[in-house]
Amino acid sequence: MCKVDLSVDLAGVRLKNPIVTASGTFGFGREYGQFYDLSQLGGICAKGLTLHRREGNPPPRIAETPMGILNSVGLQNPGVDAFIAHELPELRRHDLAVIANISGDTPEEYGILCEKLSAAGVDMIEVNISCPNVKAGGLAYGTRRSLAAEVTRVAKAHAGVPVMVKLSPNVTDITEIAKAVADAGADALSLINTLRGMRIDVNTRRPILKRNTGGLSGPAVLPVAVRMVWEVANAVDLPILGMGGVACGEDAAQLMLAGASAVAVGTACFADPYAPLRVRDELAELACSQGLDKVSDLTGGVRPW
Amino acid sequence: MPIVQRCTVVEMTPLNDSTWWMTLEVGKLVEEQGLRAGQFLHVACGEGNLLRRPISVAYALEDEPENTATLIFEVKGAGTRWLSRRRAGDVVDVLGPLGNGFAVEEGGRYLLVGGGIGVPPLLGYAEGFHKNTVAVLGFRSADRVILADRFRNCCKEIYLCTDDGSMGRHGFVDAQVRDILAKDKNFTAILACGPRPMLKSVAQAAAAYGVPCQVSMEERMACGVGACLGCAIQMADGTMKHVCKDGPVFDAGEVDWNV
Repeated sequence: MCKVDLSVDLAGVRLKNPIVTASGTFGFGREYGQFYDLSQLGGICAKGLTLHRREGNPPPRIAETPMGILNSVGLQNPGVDAFIAHELPELRRHDLAVIANISGDTPEEYGILCEKLSAAGVDMIEVNISCPNVKAGGLAYGTRRSLAAEVTRVAKAHAGVPVMVKLSPNVTDITEIAKAVADAGADALSLINTLRGMRIDVNTRRPILKRNTGGLSGPAVLPVAVRMVWEVANAVDLPILGMGGVACGEDAAQLMLAGASAVAVGTACFADPYAPLRVRDELAELACSQGLDKVSDLTGGVRPW
Repeated sequence: MPIVQRCTVVEMTPLNDSTWWMTLEVGKLVEEQGLRAGQFLHVACGEGNLLRRPISVAYALEDEPENTATLIFEVKGAGTRWLSRRRAGDVVDVLGPLGNGFAVEEGGRYLLVGGGIGVPPLLGYAEGFHKNTVAVLGFRSADRVILADRFRNCCKEIYLCTDDGSMGRHGFVDAQVRDILAKDKNFTAILACGPRPMLKSVAQAAAAYGVPCQVSMEERMACGVGACLGCAIQMADGTMKHVCKDGPVFDAGEVDWNV
């Protein structure tokens, strides 16, 4: 059997393999931890946290689309303090990078969240400025350069661990936001969040989702993710966690070749709880078949025409 | 604890033009994982259907050499259409057991109330409490009626209702439920499964007569295990619960019926 070094570095955080689970698709790890030891993952981006508990949006929250899923969960979470008290210690029993994902209604809230989570000892903070499913904050911060930069600055000022900013694909030019966030001091970028979409029941003439629109994820968005990771990798000099529709090793390799240092698996878990491990193994096999010593050699290796 | 396994279809029978009886060999899922009626299996429905489909277990048996589980489902879209084209000998990818099922106690006296494709998950309870349950089963019309003979064989009494009056009592099940409770409310609980408006009116009837009521609910679902928080149900106290992990059976009193 061929030995490929799977470890990667993401803004100074060592991941034993490049596969992370995407925020919002993997809870705090408890559910999928029933199927396998979470230590097999490079890391987890935990379910998005807010300062206070949130119940999220009314149902229906899920609609299936051609090779994709629309969701409108709306940041339902128990609040940052409950995460620190009950979920983080449980995650810490496993050997994987714990990346907390945060959303705030104001820049100040991002700061408080960063302070609490840094003190609690997460490995990294993913700043969500791109949730399409909430009114305040969320996407508004991710689509305006000045707001994205402000949130990044506040997060950096209050975080004692690397700060990774999660970018929205719902913009005309993602490199503008990426540059603004990089100039404001971000340590890493993650992309893409979901694309806004809508599905209508033609008989009732009602949208399937109670909030009418939601965020599209799944294989349908992979080519958009690959393109955006490539554009951002060319525009800024920051490590990238690539995500969007990854369902197999080849998908992950595409994102890495486009410029990602690590890859998140999300929606694929819903069909196959073992998807992250399968993606990891397929990626290792692919790297091996190409004669690579280490999987990180894939990063940025695309040869564009 | 749920597991993923590939299950062989051992029986595939149509119950009407859009409803199927599918029995699967499920390994040791009954004896080792405690799979039972009212829980559900999350079934992968072929290429192109990204999400699994949650399908309630009508009943589960500790058969040899493999345990079996019967799923009764209606063709509602691309996924269930794919599933309806499986035949005995085919293999399907199944995640389960998932969900809680109804909470019942031995020797209990239960009033089973089902509507449409909500009838099958009650079958295991009707058979388990042999001759000691009363069933009220509602369907749109006579040609939609399923499983009536099986319920008739194992229930003490059974009442059929159809929306159009083409079989049994003309009208919805809640009118029949109220008539039953008016004469006799000495039931351990009502166990109900069906469309939300039906569950709401049964819950109201149960509350009016002071009879405990458990309802099995449905919501669009993704992961099935409690990770994605997709299948939310609003509770009367303003919180959200999830069909896959907290349900599908809830105490009727904790559900917010006014949303």
